[in-house]
Amino acid sequence: MPNELQEVKFYQTGTFTVGNRLLEENERAVQANMRRTNSLNSGHRACQGCGEALGARYAIDAAMRATDNKIVAVNATGCLEVFSTPYPESSWQIPWIHSLFGNAAAVASGVAAALRVTGRTSTRVVAQGGDGGTTDIGFGCLSGMFERNDDVLYICYDNEAYMNTGVQRSSATPPTARTATTMAVGKEPGNVFGTGKNVPLIAMAHFIPYVATASVANLRDLEFKVTKAMSIHGARYVHIHVPCPLGWGSAPADTIKLARLAVETGLFPLFEAEHGEITGSTKIRRKVPVEDYLRLQKRFAHLFGAKPDEARLARVQANADRNIAKFGLMD
Amino acid sequence: MLKQTEGSHAVAEAIALCRPQVICAYPITPQTHIVEGVGEMVKDGTLANCEFINVESEFAAMSVAIGASAAGARAYTATSSQGLLFMAEAVYNAAGLGLPIVMTIGNRAIGAPINIWNDHSDSMSMRDAGWIQLFAETNQEALDLHIQAFRLAEELSCPVMVCMDGFILTHAYDRVDIPAQADVDAYLPPFQPRQILDTADPVTIGALVGPEAFTEVRYLGHHKQLRALSLIPKLATEFAAKFGRNSGGLLRTYRTEGAETIVVALGSVNGTVQEVVDDLRNEGAAIGSVSICSFRPFPISALREALQSAKRVVVLEKCLAVGLGGIVSDGVRKSLSGIQLKGYTVIAGLGGRAITRVSLRQLFEDAIADELEQVTFLDLNAEVVSHELEREAQARRTGPTAEAILRRMGTVASQIG
Amino acid sequence: MFQVRIHGRGGQGVVSGAELLSVAAFLEGRYAQAFPSFGSERMGAPVMAFCRIDVREIRLREPVMEPDALIIQDPTLLHQVDLFTGLPREGFILLNSTRSFAELGLAGFVGGFRPERLCTLPATEIALKHVGRPVPNVPLLAAFAAITGQIRQESVVKAIREKFPSAIAERNVAAAAEAYALASKGLETANA
Repeated sequence: MPNELQEVKFYQTGTFTVGNRLLEENERAVQANMRRTNSLNSGHRACQGCGEALGARYAIDAAMRATDNKIVAVNATGCLEVFSTPYPESSWQIPWIHSLFGNAAAVASGVAAALRVTGRTSTRVVAQGGDGGTTDIGFGCLSGMFERNDDVLYICYDNEAYMNTGVQRSSATPPTARTATTMAVGKEPGNVFGTGKNVPLIAMAHFIPYVATASVANLRDLEFKVTKAMSIHGARYVHIHVPCPLGWGSAPADTIKLARLAVETGLFPLFEAEHGEITGSTKIRRKVPVEDYLRLQKRFAHLFGAKPDEARLARVQANADRNIAKFGLMD
Repeated sequence: MLKQTEGSHAVAEAIALCRPQVICAYPITPQTHIVEGVGEMVKDGTLANCEFINVESEFAAMSVAIGASAAGARAYTATSSQGLLFMAEAVYNAAGLGLPIVMTIGNRAIGAPINIWNDHSDSMSMRDAGWIQLFAETNQEALDLHIQAFRLAEELSCPVMVCMDGFILTHAYDRVDIPAQADVDAYLPPFQPRQILDTADPVTIGALVGPEAFTEVRYLGHHKQLRALSLIPKLATEFAAKFGRNSGGLLRTYRTEGAETIVVALGSVNGTVQEVVDDLRNEGAAIGSVSICSFRPFPISALREALQSAKRVVVLEKCLAVGLGGIVSDGVRKSLSGIQLKGYTVIAGLGGRAITRVSLRQLFEDAIADELEQVTFLDLNAEVVSHELEREAQARRTGPTAEAILRRMGTVASQIG
Repeated sequence: MFQVRIHGRGGQGVVSGAELLSVAAFLEGRYAQAFPSFGSERMGAPVMAFCRIDVREIRLREPVMEPDALIIQDPTLLHQVDLFTGLPREGFILLNSTRSFAELGLAGFVGGFRPERLCTLPATEIALKHVGRPVPNVPLLAAFAAITGQIRQESVVKAIREKFPSAIAERNVAAAAEAYALASKGLETANA
């Protein structure tokens, strides 16, 4: 046996996973830690396969670890709020407030101000809401919080519709998706093209210190981004893609698979930005045609069948390709 | 210390003396001078340990106050009219959550038609939201009420709105006595929240409440207001002892002993009413007035006591229950349940129309002679109204009503009275 | 109670004039109430402000319908707004103009008033001369003190010094002094 230590090489095939024990302590998954805070405790009433419950658990625990367990959460009305506080129980183990549908960002600004003025400067604030409460009704307050650069991390769990009220279209609903208010009927079935808004880009337009998109397909990356966000003071925004089996008409077991497909088609780009400039993006390893993603969700069923809607599928593909080009997702 | 200053500024100084910790502001006429005043004090350091946040809407203003109050800070904001409506959802939310926020309302009419002048329609729109509503008669009372308001709000864990007439009080220069900081500190101790977002002792605030418990939660809010009926006079008495003047309380009577006719009103118009009462008393009329300070909780017993021996009551209101008549009148009627006396509702001062001594005198004389309609719109221009109704009867496409009336009457605010 | 109504246009300091007057009265230990008749912010629009002065607390909250004194800061309003409504024959009229009442075509109208209670004053010119801005309110206030005797000139000066930063205050004090002297002279002439 040689005296010097030999570098150990691990040859992995098929995945990029590395076991936690091979990583530095601070790079290990928060969730793998037996002493994780479980801020969103079990017993909540989320649907089987809920992407939002998964995302929230990872995000908040990461924020807790990053702040020495000193977080106040402000929640908008929506699925997360409803399933986590089923009267008369609460699954939150942290200080948590729910006010209204559209004001989470403003309430969070108020909490942050109060913490500052009462000298509790090591306690940090996380605001969270679904796409409805963030991109639509909460948009004004969100922009106000960004503009003031208030010390709040806003996390949006994007399942692409108003799920809690019965799957109605929001400005985050992708084109062609069927929702209760964009039914798959008529000349342009599902949500129409040429509508919608990209809130991460809008957040960047406020030049806030940190903006990132994340997905439950890559939970380590999600934890990483939330942890990074908490190391920064000022307005920060993390937009997490969270599949919803009920609203998307997908199998509960497919949640993570769908999230991964959304990333690998280019439909949901993963990137980070600081002060309005993109600082990095996650490359797509193997590009996947959008059909492979859409086919698994009943909300896109009208695009397939005996006569597939080639024209619309092509437009969705074009959107994906545009993202790949814009965010530099492929070498 | 005595000062000659603008009402808004006096209120700003009072707010500062109350050691607020988070103030959020969104501009709307006529409250703007108040938050500008406080904002300046924060920026130049006069008001220390206070965060002043420029929010992007009134909805955000109340929301920021909610977050701040829930996290244990003494929170304040101010608005009027459209702004109060814009934050309506949050106003109900604050009361429902039991957060002791204090808010100034610079009373202004609600549109359409858009109108920047004074009336009480804004505060009235939120009368059932669960907030305590106090009305100031003078600028001195306006500043005093804010000091009492913080104490009241925090003792009950219930938000309080202090209402002062826009322009008439907010923009009037008056002589006021600004209290000393030490005296205010002795009256208003530091905020001790009933509930607080605290990492050392986490709580969930704002959970869903089902049919099994909602009624009980609502009842407790109702009960708070009933408790306020005794707390408000108690705090006013304590205030009088400490600061040497009567401000606040549930209501104030003026020359009601032996009065056969009693006029009831809220806010600054009471000053003019009292002048006319004096004129008529000097001529031998048995007339008096009651100024209601606490509109919510409505002082049913105290009002009953004040009115029960009169023959007639004239309720002078700066608001209107469209299609019905008076809003304050409803409360007055409730307090007179079982007592027989004549009640007259007078809708006056809407959209800032001046309520003049001359008009009031004629009005009260008509009341004394029982020659008043059940509901009267004071100084209504009947000619303009009937002309417009005629126009509308003759054609379909008559255009915007407000336009037509303005054209007939002349330019906006060009008349003195 | 003494009631004053001030007419002018937005930007001429009508509202601050009323406020200054109220401060001057306050400094003499009296109660005073000053308030504007409001419109949205707009330079050049007709504006009114009111001031009541009394030895006891002022309860009245209506616009000044029957002024004891009228201050007209802008003569171009003379034929546009009914400025004189409610003014009794014993009332005071102070008018900002380089011309006399007669030259302004008001000889007939003012004929029924007491001559020692009428005053025209080139207030804008005085303000421009001392302060460099065409804001006539301070000179008119000094003239008001002179012809009505409702407030003392020292109170006007004190109120000016409270309101303005010192350099500007002294310029205004100078303008007030000239206006006071001019109005007093006119008073002597009227009383002669």
